[in-house]
Amino acid sequence: MSRLTIAKAITAGLARAMDEDPKVMLMGEDIGSLGGVYRVTEGLKARFGAHRVLDSPLGEAGIVGTAVGLAQRGYRPVCEIQFDGFVFPAFNQITTQVAKLHARSEGRMKMPMTIRIPYGGVIGSVEHHSESPEALFAHTAGLRIITPSNANDAYWMEQQAIACDDPVIIFEPKRRYWLKGEVDESAPPGDPFSASVIREGRDATIVAWGPLVPVALAAANAAAEDGRSVEVVDLRSISPIDIDTITASVRKTGRLVIAHEAPTFGGIGGEIAARVTEQAFYSLEAPVLRVGAFHLPYPPAAVEEHYVPDLDRVLDALDRTFAY
Amino acid sequence: MESRSHAGVVESTLPKHQLLDERGAVTEDDLLSPYTQDITVDDLQHLYRSMTKARRVDEEGTSLQRQGQLVLWVPLKGQEAAQIGSTWPTRPTDRLYPSYREHAVAFERGVEPSELMRYFRGHTAGGWDPEKHNLNLYTVVLGSQAPHAVGYAMGTALDRKAAEDAGTPLETEPEAVVAYFGDGASTEGEVHESMVFAASYDAPVLFFIQNNQWAISVPFATQSRVPLATRAAGYGFEGLRVDGNDILAVVAATRYALAKIRRGEGPVLIEAETYRMGAHTTADDPTKYRKREEEDQWGLLDPIERLKEHLRTAHGVADSFFETVAQENDDLARRMRADVLAMTPPEFVDRFEHVYAEPHALVAAERAEYLEYQAGFEDASDVHGTAAEGVGA
Ligand SMILES: Cc1ncc(C[n+]2csc(CCOP(=O)(O)OP(=O)(O)O)c2C)c(N)n1
Ligand SMILES: [Mg+2]
Repeated sequence: MSRLTIAKAITAGLARAMDEDPKVMLMGEDIGSLGGVYRVTEGLKARFGAHRVLDSPLGEAGIVGTAVGLAQRGYRPVCEIQFDGFVFPAFNQITTQVAKLHARSEGRMKMPMTIRIPYGGVIGSVEHHSESPEALFAHTAGLRIITPSNANDAYWMEQQAIACDDPVIIFEPKRRYWLKGEVDESAPPGDPFSASVIREGRDATIVAWGPLVPVALAAANAAAEDGRSVEVVDLRSISPIDIDTITASVRKTGRLVIAHEAPTFGGIGGEIAARVTEQAFYSLEAPVLRVGAFHLPYPPAAVEEHYVPDLDRVLDALDRTFAY
Repeated sequence: MESRSHAGVVESTLPKHQLLDERGAVTEDDLLSPYTQDITVDDLQHLYRSMTKARRVDEEGTSLQRQGQLVLWVPLKGQEAAQIGSTWPTRPTDRLYPSYREHAVAFERGVEPSELMRYFRGHTAGGWDPEKHNLNLYTVVLGSQAPHAVGYAMGTALDRKAAEDAGTPLETEPEAVVAYFGDGASTEGEVHESMVFAASYDAPVLFFIQNNQWAISVPFATQSRVPLATRAAGYGFEGLRVDGNDILAVVAATRYALAKIRRGEGPVLIEAETYRMGAHTTADDPTKYRKREEEDQWGLLDPIERLKEHLRTAHGVADSFFETVAQENDDLARRMRADVLAMTPPEFVDRFEHVYAEPHALVAAERAEYLEYQAGFEDASDVHGTAAEGVGA
């Protein structure tokens, strides 16, 4: 057991994957000497060498595109995209090549690639550094998408993504990089493509992921003071969605609030709401509610707290579901 | 496989143009010397003022950021000659496309330092009126502005052709467009595509690269084996390498390029070899990836010191001039600081105004929801701080 920040848990997870499999290699902008702008790869170049930790030229299409070729050659590349808003030069490669090669080759070609993307806002930065683009990728078949919310998951989900024979995008909650937690190095927490009930409750369910998980827990705590017992599900996997865990929770509580940082319109919350409605309609005692950002470009830092859902917004949704 | 020590760094045969040597003495350059003949001492003093103003604002920016008054600052120190030298020769009708470090370009185009600071204070993703200054907004996704510049240039050429075809040729001088980007951004595919388009359509565009040797922690050798100016030949247009810390060489190269572009001969590329003397941004720590000795070496090539030396020795400019300019810059920095501190924070509700040019049902509905939600805090305005108070107004 170690007590690590999420960032250091990722570093440790990457190091272990590199130790265990010589084909695992890292590539990205500033990930070598600097150790990444968030220092997530700090020390790895010194430890594993410049041939396994590539300080790449400045091109995201190049990073992901060459990773495709490396994967075809038997490597397991782990690409770092420096910030969420800078993944789009690689969007073509990710959606038209990475996602489709297995199907195009009728299963002959595997694409064991990992793409790490620090995501989310409330870090007080400038444009393109605070976005939550998970839905844009989830819409594409062939990509697995996961997002850890705590150090233990971060440590293991990185390794599980690397070991997976499908391409996996890991959205890393950058504003929680410094959040500490216990990491149990002895055994993985189970299927990375599953959701997890992290707080039990009877009266309502909150589903959240990545950076909003601590907010959901805080909301459950606040609700408990008002005598409401709220269950919290950490979604963990955005594609596939572990809908069974969510419906099981809703069958118990009858009320569902989904909270994410991305805009509500066209977001993953809508997908979850539709599926829960289809599968657990008669268990619902109120409409499924979504809490997300507005249909606006991510705003300047001075007003970002009005855009990204916070504790009050989640509590407001709980109030509304209970009032229904 | 480490690209830094790759086998192939190729010695370039492209000359590096220089008009002022490291000590500020004039050197001759067959191609470029003719382009500085009419430059007066007044002009040089203007250039000095502009360069030192940018540096002074830069210092103030770093200090404001350190004091928590800006969310970020992007230092330009060391690149004043490259920026001022490439902007000063343009005409107000020439459209410029900066990346995100071109503060000196913006000031030379009349943007007030405090206007620009709205961006770095986290109040806006823009900052100035692009039409008023004929200056596009900062573009942070690297290289994205390069095709925009080419397209705008194509548009100016189409306009001229349309006027000619209509029998009413424009009497104004042809416009030129400048695309600014860095050594790192030069790797992005969009930069490559923009060069192909520019060549294909003879677009009147100048690709102005500030090669400041670093892309955050990644050295230039990772991006290219050759000077970037040599790439222009591969696209079929001229590329010039200039000493980017030599204001005269940058001015002359830019004038040469703009004249050629206005003659309808298509794009030109200038690579100004310079150095980012400071950190990448206030969030960066250069000691992690580059050597102090390298910084000291480039410190000796400071573009401002070079021009100052030239003004002193070649033109006998007295100390009083430099003192006056320093005083003016201090005053400006003080005013800017006061303006920054006095800025009214934006209201979140205004974000709903400009997402679309035409009414949009979802935005309207979400705006109403937001206002209703905020109204619920009316009696508890502490929840969202001061911004919540103005929401209903
Ligand atoms: C598409 C994209 N990828 C990554 C980044 C993150 N980033 C910001 S600046 C920078 C380095 C840019 O280097 P260069 O083009 O040489 O310009 P300089 O910062 O030296 O002025 C990087 C990697 C970005 N802004 N856009
Ligand atoms: Mg650079």
